[in-house]
Amino acid sequence: MNAQVQIQVTASPGTGYNFAYLDEGTKRMIRRAILKAIAIPGYQVPFAAREMPMPYGWGTGGVQVTAAILGSSDVLKVIDQGADDTTNAVSIRRFFTATAGIATTTRTAEATVIQTRHRIPEAPLAEGQVLVYQVPIPEPLRFLEPRETETRQLHALAEYGLMHVKLYEDIARHGHIATTYAYPVEVAGRYVMDPSPTPKFDNPKMDDCPALQLFGAGREKRIYAIPPYTRVRSLDFEDHPFRVQSFDRPCALCGAEDVYLDEVVLDDAGGRMFVCSDTDHCETRRADGHTGEAA
Amino acid sequence: MIEPLLPEPLLTVDGLTKRYGRRLACDGIGFTLDAGEVLAVVGESGSGKSTLLSLIAGEVTADAGTVSYRMRDGATRDLAALSVVDRRALMRTDWGFVRQDATQGLRMAVSAGGNVGERLMGVGDRHYGRIRATALDWLARVEIAPDRVDDPPTRFSGGMRQRLQIARNLVTAPRLVLMDEPTSGLDVSVQARLLDMIRGLVAELGLAVIIVTHDLAVARLLSHRVLVMRGGRVIETGLTDQVLDDPQAAYTQLLVSSVLAA
Amino acid sequence: MYVAVKGGEAAIDNAHRLLAEIRRGDPAVPDLTVAQIREQMRLLVDRVMTEGSLYDPDLAALALKQARGDVVEAVFLVRAYRTTLPRFGATEALDTGAMTLARRISATFKDLPGGQVLGPTFDYTHRLVDFALADGAVPEPAAEAEPEADAAACPRVTDLLGQAGLLEPSPPDDGAPVGDLTREPVDYPADRAVRLQGLARGDEGFILALGYSTQRGYGRTHPFVGEIRVGSVELDFTPEELGFPVSLGTVDMTECQMINQFHGHGAVPPQFTRGYGLVFGQGERKAMAMALVDRSLRAAELGEAVVVPAQDQEFVLAHCDSLQATGFVEHMKLPHYVDFQAELDLVRRLRAEHAARTAEPDEPTLREAAE
Repeated sequence: MNAQVQIQVTASPGTGYNFAYLDEGTKRMIRRAILKAIAIPGYQVPFAAREMPMPYGWGTGGVQVTAAILGSSDVLKVIDQGADDTTNAVSIRRFFTATAGIATTTRTAEATVIQTRHRIPEAPLAEGQVLVYQVPIPEPLRFLEPRETETRQLHALAEYGLMHVKLYEDIARHGHIATTYAYPVEVAGRYVMDPSPTPKFDNPKMDDCPALQLFGAGREKRIYAIPPYTRVRSLDFEDHPFRVQSFDRPCALCGAEDVYLDEVVLDDAGGRMFVCSDTDHCETRRADGHTGEAA
Repeated sequence: MIEPLLPEPLLTVDGLTKRYGRRLACDGIGFTLDAGEVLAVVGESGSGKSTLLSLIAGEVTADAGTVSYRMRDGATRDLAALSVVDRRALMRTDWGFVRQDATQGLRMAVSAGGNVGERLMGVGDRHYGRIRATALDWLARVEIAPDRVDDPPTRFSGGMRQRLQIARNLVTAPRLVLMDEPTSGLDVSVQARLLDMIRGLVAELGLAVIIVTHDLAVARLLSHRVLVMRGGRVIETGLTDQVLDDPQAAYTQLLVSSVLAA
Repeated sequence: MYVAVKGGEAAIDNAHRLLAEIRRGDPAVPDLTVAQIREQMRLLVDRVMTEGSLYDPDLAALALKQARGDVVEAVFLVRAYRTTLPRFGATEALDTGAMTLARRISATFKDLPGGQVLGPTFDYTHRLVDFALADGAVPEPAAEAEPEADAAACPRVTDLLGQAGLLEPSPPDDGAPVGDLTREPVDYPADRAVRLQGLARGDEGFILALGYSTQRGYGRTHPFVGEIRVGSVELDFTPEELGFPVSLGTVDMTECQMINQFHGHGAVPPQFTRGYGLVFGQGERKAMAMALVDRSLRAAELGEAVVVPAQDQEFVLAHCDSLQATGFVEHMKLPHYVDFQAELDLVRRLRAEHAARTAEPDEPTLREAAE
């Protein structure tokens, strides 16, 4: 009758749903948005996000991007806060195991597609890998200007003075830039982009990264991208250059020093320990014989 | 070569017309403004003078007429024909707009320093120390104490807010500043101080100004020329002293006499 | 020894099993059937169909059962299911003028062709709890139905006013494709068709509150209920291979046409303007609120100032969807250790700096460079 009915169905065995849940027409629509996003690095491409079987705000954008790019031979890793075993990461990994029947892994190096919420893995990414970010609010100017019609114009005209006003205010008030996560970046010298709520610790990993980085915001219906080996610069002032957080101690389990740490409360007497936020990185190091003070 | 005696005007307004429903807010307004010249637009509320200012600034689209401006490169351009990018860049750098309501001309949640620095950052200055030093310098020039640099304008008095607006606008050394009733709503003594400061800055920087006011005393103090509006039309125009001392139109006579009576 | 938050998989499985057991409730109480929900919780089913944008009473009833009666959760199930359905095309525009009426009232005319039909309504019932219902009382049979209202004899009130030129005409069908909120991202400013889709799918409570706000002075539109009609409408579809419309059956709908005062401007003489509401099943509250908000959202098009929330389409459309709202509000339950750690680190540093500053009162306070 029409094209939509004749769409080839790549059924996922036993689920009654198409491979990776979305129908092929929807995947093609998302892929077109992804291609456009790659062609215009950092630009937010509107796309017709579908209603997914998990709630908005829980990674529907990332899930749709992942669903659109997965092939049957892909190996998927899903992390939330750097960890493979947090409940939402488990839930999303299961969703794709059930609907696409693909292999999954917790090893960063083995994955071809990594879906993430709030972290970039510590292990360097390689060519051929795709990092898919879940994004809650894609618009870096949103909290300075709530109107979509206005922010679109500011991006079109590359008017980013307002963004620096915010950083100026930080320095005036605190003596340094007090933005710690979702720290805005300029991509390929043009668009200012929200890196999703990753800690600014991870910002340098986005720069000149060999892997393709895709960002999906389901509720806000936007996809954006950083192609491999693209310049990503964190906004700053010449006399207040961008700096990442540093921790004054190594991971208590694996002894790693140059990684992002989670603070774990041990008791109600102020006992705390600091451990790798990236669980795979920590386990890999420990398997290689590294130990920290608590291990 | 003989230099032309009269260089091209900085701003040329021709046949500006704006209609709101059946009401003509501006009806074929035309005038020219030279560099460094101060023009006062006077009239009662509803005379169309604020609409005229919005039309010149391009915030309201005219039904007819043009606004042309001599750009820094010397070429005179029709503002409506400029690209959005160029028009916005012009407004941020070579023009200023001081609003009657300071909350519309300032970012009320941003510190005084940030308010003054915004235009600098908008044109690409990325050195915090320099931006801050420039902001402090401008705050001093509008007589705002340096220890208020990190306070938001919500903690400022009405007069201070207007002075901050002026600093925020002048920081990029614009050549044309539009002012919409900048002193109304202020105490008389605060008004006098503000007017005095505006007069000093205008003379010092050689600014061209179009100031809209209902207060003929403001016009007399600041302006070289006056344009009297009523019902969307210009009914009289000329040198300020001439118009105010010897008004020709009956309406202007009435305006002047009501000031004297008051 | 520290143990990382492991065991997510087992925890999820166990939580789901517990949910299933709790959903069933006391096994001594008979299981609720989908048919019972569909027949006896019909207004709830209608709401789930409307906000789920899928007309399927059985599916909506099942979703309500699965969701333990949580409307937003049921809407969620219906919407996610809808995503997977193939699309065959768009039906012909509904002709609500040809509706088989169960109810039809107008607040603008005391009498009108076709008359007023009160139909099944809570209006004028006294809200006294009927304890007999708890004992399974069988209702007495309804009064003998009036002769089926002849559709031709029940023209829409807006058509009557329109003929006299007192009411703005409905824009003619220009044949242009109608946007689809579920297939294209909203591009602001959105046209009226897309706005109406958003309002129809929008959360009833939110739309109701917005409509109410316009009545209380946040953007008055001087509305009158021109007409509310509830009934079943034939749904026609034109398959490409046939080239002529065939009936797919009927759907139950509620339509509300608000008539609002308007002073005219420029070349447009004073006339009444329209606000429109349309929902699945019987949903007068939602249809009326939707019509109020629709009219408010037309402010810009009618040359009115956009100053209140109900007139601001970015505000209304971006926030009316219960799934988007609940998803984003509830996502705060997800772990945010990483961002929180970053903030924790910052607050500690700022506190240390603050303590250092207050410990040296002689130092100048402007010491940014001392970072």
